[in-house]
Amino acid sequence: MKLIVAYIQPEKLNAVKQSLYEAEVFKISVTNALGCGRQKGYHESYRGADVEVNLLKKVRLEIAVNEDFVKPTVDAIIKGARTGKIGDGKIFILDLPECIRIRTGETGHLAIG
Amino acid sequence: MRAGKRTLLAVLMSLLCMTTAVFAEESAPVDMATFTANNIWMMVATFLVFVMHLGFATLEAGLTRAKNTVNILFKNTLIPAIGVLTFALIGFNLMYPGEAFAGRWFGFSGFGISLPEGGVTSAYNVGYTYWTDFLFQAMFAATAATIVSGAVAERIKLHSFLLFSVIYVAIAYPIVGMWHWGGGWLAVQNFHDFAGSTMVHSVGGWGALAGVLLLGPRLGKYVNGKPKPIMGHSMPLAVIGVFLLWLGWFGFNGGSVLSGDPGPVSYVLVTTTLAAAAGIVGAMATSWLVQKKPDLSMVLNGCLAGLVGITAGADAVGISASIIIGAIAGVLVVLAVLGFDRARIDDPVGALSVHLVNGIWGTLAVGLFSAEYSFLVQLKGVLAAGVFCFVFAFVLFLAIKHILGLRVSEEEELKGLDIGEHGMEAYGGFQIFTTQ
Repeated sequence: MKLIVAYIQPEKLNAVKQSLYEAEVFKISVTNALGCGRQKGYHESYRGADVEVNLLKKVRLEIAVNEDFVKPTVDAIIKGARTGKIGDGKIFILDLPECIRIRTGETGHLAIG
Repeated sequence: MRAGKRTLLAVLMSLLCMTTAVFAEESAPVDMATFTANNIWMMVATFLVFVMHLGFATLEAGLTRAKNTVNILFKNTLIPAIGVLTFALIGFNLMYPGEAFAGRWFGFSGFGISLPEGGVTSAYNVGYTYWTDFLFQAMFAATAATIVSGAVAERIKLHSFLLFSVIYVAIAYPIVGMWHWGGGWLAVQNFHDFAGSTMVHSVGGWGALAGVLLLGPRLGKYVNGKPKPIMGHSMPLAVIGVFLLWLGWFGFNGGSVLSGDPGPVSYVLVTTTLAAAAGIVGAMATSWLVQKKPDLSMVLNGCLAGLVGITAGADAVGISASIIIGAIAGVLVVLAVLGFDRARIDDPVGALSVHLVNGIWGTLAVGLFSAEYSFLVQLKGVLAAGVFCFVFAFVLFLAIKHILGLRVSEEEELKGLDIGEHGMEAYGGFQIFTTQ
């Protein structure tokens, strides 16, 4: 089992949801995130004083999948989120030792699927 | 305590009546006490119309996304300023050029405002002084541009919008207003638009339609040809806006009596309120039937639709007619919002449905519900104002598009106009989901 964590551009969320849906990946968690990578921040000013904003608005996805769904999920995220411009985001894949569905007590592959 | 207050009130009233009685014996057009009371009411009405700008600001902010809030508030702050300044410079004299231009299509009596002889006495007008006249009408002028602001929200360049507003409010609004209120060609044909269903609301609405058509829909509004909801970020702000507008309408319509005459003013306030209430109910019923669940934003639009609808005939139609006009306005506004959406005419706040559709409906309704006015003349007024305003606004927007550009870049639209146009945020320190 793997946990796929991805940081994407906020406005790409809809496209990513769409491509995940097409890849038959229906389970997803989304949180608001702030972050920065190689992309530079932008300038804000407030009452004449400059504010440099280093942390940019991002959206964080978390998707837990069985091994055979790792590739389709990653491909779908890339398909939805990629523009080719700096700031498209990153995908991390983590090993997931256990997973439990609270309602039924099922564990492992059954709980994920 | 209550009794004490009442006694005090009774004493004051009788004093007022006595002064009125004393002055009434003089031969002036109207006695000083009545003139003062009239003028005070007209100034109160001016304050109420003024506060409508806050209503528009909060309503439009509430019905658009958090990332564009600074921008929409900025526009709504500039508009009253533009309205008052341009009206002082040329608008007032374009709209009220004087009797020399009676029955005409166009008149102008010079730049700037200055006190005419007897301008602060009842010889000028029994209802108000020259200064009150100017300020009340100037507040009206600015509302026309505010209507455009909501419809083109979330995608128009700030400087392009401001330039449009200056020219539209300074020239288009007063020219159309002159046709009727300035004694122009519509006035002599017994056209009736009491407080501006056509003269104010449709004028704004036609301008908005031209802008929306040239701008196109917001990014993400249509996916694979289907309309998607882009939710406003604050229903509480929208509700505050609508109630402020309703409050302001007591001045908008009540002040359009142009004096404090007790009978007409109180009657107009009753028809105005009943139409607003009926608009709410009509919109609720329609929304509940068509959308399955009653939509608050539709009901808010319904209240305004009822108010816009009754504005043309608030003094001329009966009580039951005012309720019918309001209820139909409430139905129309919901159908119009859904219809514009399907037609790919993206109007974030429903300004077209409220001000344009119901401005037309309200003006025509006068012809249907009042025996004194002809439906055909009403229709003529609606069409004339429509053609003039739409063409004027379309050409103006088109010219601005070629010179300055109209729409912000895709990247800016996604990031929000607050950062793009102003470099600041409305809700500093808050995390906001901006996924559209």
